[in-house]
Amino acid sequence: MTQWVYSDTVRDHFLNPRNVLRDENPEDFDAVGRTGNVKCGDEMVVYLKVDPEALTITDCKWQTYGCASAIASTSMLSEMVRGMTLDAAARITSKDILAALGGLPDNKVHCSVLGDKALRAAIDDYYRRHGMEDRIQTLGPRVVCHCLNVTEEDIEHAVLEGARSFEELQERTKIGTGCGECQEEAQRVLTSFIEKHFGL
Amino acid sequence: MPQPIYLDHNATTPLHPEVKRVMVEMLDVFGNPSSLHAFGREARARVEAARAQVAALVNADPVEVIFTGSGSEGNNTVLSLVRCTKTACRCDLGTRKGLVTTAIEHPCVLETAKYLRRLGHPVTILGVDRSGRIDLDELRAAVTPEVGLVSIMTANNETGTIQDIPEAARIAHEAGALFHTDAVQAVGKIPVDVRAWDVDFLTLSAHKIYGPKGVGALVARRGTPLCPLILGGHQEAGRRAGTENTIGIAAMGEAARMRLVEMDTEAPRLAALRDRLRQGIEAAIPDVTFNGHPEHTLPSTLNVSFMGVEGEAILLHLDAVGIAVSTGSACASGSLDPSHVIMALGVPVEYAHGSIRISLGRETTEEHIDTMLRELPPIIANLRSISSAYRR
Repeated sequence: MTQWVYSDTVRDHFLNPRNVLRDENPEDFDAVGRTGNVKCGDEMVVYLKVDPEALTITDCKWQTYGCASAIASTSMLSEMVRGMTLDAAARITSKDILAALGGLPDNKVHCSVLGDKALRAAIDDYYRRHGMEDRIQTLGPRVVCHCLNVTEEDIEHAVLEGARSFEELQERTKIGTGCGECQEEAQRVLTSFIEKHFGL
Repeated sequence: MPQPIYLDHNATTPLHPEVKRVMVEMLDVFGNPSSLHAFGREARARVEAARAQVAALVNADPVEVIFTGSGSEGNNTVLSLVRCTKTACRCDLGTRKGLVTTAIEHPCVLETAKYLRRLGHPVTILGVDRSGRIDLDELRAAVTPEVGLVSIMTANNETGTIQDIPEAARIAHEAGALFHTDAVQAVGKIPVDVRAWDVDFLTLSAHKIYGPKGVGALVARRGTPLCPLILGGHQEAGRRAGTENTIGIAAMGEAARMRLVEMDTEAPRLAALRDRLRQGIEAAIPDVTFNGHPEHTLPSTLNVSFMGVEGEAILLHLDAVGIAVSTGSACASGSLDPSHVIMALGVPVEYAHGSIRISLGRETTEEHIDTMLRELPPIIANLRSISSAYRR
């Protein structure tokens, strides 16, 4: 058989996904995080069990609606976070997941690697449920484009990498290409970062 | 793994064994059809024989058949009429600078239409209903005196839905416009008749009818204007420059001949297999919706959406068990929207990303359909079991 579009690791995690939430009751988990939506074609939910003393993740289950790379990337993430402290897990980026997967085709990166965002939402949920809201502020940059989960941080990076117009920002981040409702807000954030860094 | 099963005939078809035989034979017919000597005459004879064979498949006159490099080239050639600058032709649509087409055309028509719009031409893109058909009254209203050309595909590649081409052509002609149909998916699957339908232009492609890639044909009826897209040669009566693709053309001729031989018995056989597939899917899998028209459809195409699962994931699971289909989902194309056809049909959002197209062909057997019906339900059940978007 000729080469697959994805790496062997992606193929393995897609065909044999690990840690899927199947029969367990979601209410038995200590935290839940959701990202993406059906309209965009990718959605995922991450469920965490947390050791309340050590604040480490003892179990991570998930459900994903999406393409092969969305399924594989959530599966991979669920393996990566077991035993991690919440703070360490919150620092996982989509690049970390990509590296563990052995890479993905370029056009797949932005739309399908959403697991880190769902995980961060779950971690925030845990903090919120346990009166540790103060920890949330240091984590989780604000999401501007909810379809593709593009954050303010992502926009700032794109500006630092050379994006100056909305079109250039879109080329780099795919922002606003789902439902398109965030375009005005994205333009505002883009302008503010260009001013901040380049004093335009 | 058992022998792979190919259910993606609308994407392309394997070579017919007879076509392959002709191609091998043609490897030694190297003459340039324009040469006057014996080598040239031999090649010319093969090209002209093929022209007659292709003409016969769509009931055209052989002189009306122009060989091209692809279906896309044929479609681009016809649409270029609208922006004719009369550098290489005498055609003149006068003040009729407008184009009317539909939202479900192949991108080679749709993108060309948008290009014409950017050039300043009035372009109307008609929508379709949930079954994928245009509204003929809407068409009638759209063909204003400024419209020079109407282009409507015969059968859609994704859904198989067939338009009422004879009526659409009549509406265009009554309003004084020329009529083109992209029949790439219809030719060889259903009877196509340029005279009975009274169309001015019709596009065909060889690789959809068990011929090779890289060759197509455009039928331009006698007396209709035509702007060549490729200038600088007398070939194809000055309508398409470039030394003829003799191997491809002879192969296309043979492919057309075999379609006439096989189509009549094949169509009902495939329609029965398609119905068996549809009923099997309906019986085994809940929450499915079929995209396309129940009657006005190609016998060999089935487009189905599954709630709460994504098309590329279905495609790759099927591929892993040796079954080839295609999907209109966004992820497979690398864009974020489902295909423009699925969007135009207004497929509900929870189904829109979960469509697959199953297209049968001359080598499809009952066993293939049974294997598909055995493999597909557990794949859908499995993907739904991990999906956050499927309501259990």
